[in-house]
Amino acid sequence: MSLFNIMDISGTGMAAETVRLNTTASNIANANSVSSSYEDTYRARHPVFGAAIDQANQDQSKGIGVNVLGVVESQRPLQIEYAPGNPMADENGYIYKPNVNIVEEMADMLSASKGYETNVQVADTTKRIFRRVLQLGQQQ
Amino acid sequence: MAISLDRLMNVHQKALAVRTDKLEVISGNLANANTPGYKARDLDFQKAMKAVQRDVSGSSKLVRTHENHMQGKSSLQAEIDFRVPTQPDTGDGNTVDAQTERNAFLNTGMRYEAGLMLINGKFKGMKKALSSGGA
Repeated sequence: MSLFNIMDISGTGMAAETVRLNTTASNIANANSVSSSYEDTYRARHPVFGAAIDQANQDQSKGIGVNVLGVVESQRPLQIEYAPGNPMADENGYIYKPNVNIVEEMADMLSASKGYETNVQVADTTKRIFRRVLQLGQQQ
Repeated sequence: MAISLDRLMNVHQKALAVRTDKLEVISGNLANANTPGYKARDLDFQKAMKAVQRDVSGSSKLVRTHENHMQGKSSLQAEIDFRVPTQPDTGDGNTVDAQTERNAFLNTGMRYEAGLMLINGKFKGMKKALSSGGA
């Protein structure tokens, strides 16, 4: 029954957007996690989405779901700040701040939550239609 | 003429099947609204409907006669086309316009429900005939 396929597809969408929301939350929470070495500093994480074409072919479904191919760390340079008073400062008095761009993360968060909402609506509409199908020929 | 539920429902049932496919394609677009490089697709209802009506006997279905055979695609795949984007590329190669897709999904969903109502009407008529018009 392909109405269930729609549920599956919107499910993959919700799962993917959840991962994105998850990484965004992690990035924002760690936006100010300073460290005393370049390597140990938190780096912004972002999921990479990919269309699940193999899965669609396997299920013989017309629609294509989405899956998270992986989570990558941002390669943007870190912010290095001279703060000798900071307890985390290294021997030269520098602290290393994550390369999290808060503005970008906020926009990402909105986009992710909107995407999630859309997928919920799709599932909801599908549910309504499915219920109608189940009631076929009943109410007379 | 023999009473045939199959013949009674014929067109409507096929229309619903095509609508389901269309809903599926659009839900795929919405799920991939943030996937880089994904191109929005849509199912041409008219073409799909024609293809379905041609395929009456089901003889064109692919059958696996050996376990090593690959799963064949169903006949409707040809009716799926890419959408022509209305806006310039935002940089990630994705052509899904969430608003358009949402409206399309809602539209198709309503048409699906309309189709269900038509089938319901058929049922009603058939029931009436079976009970010779009385209650």
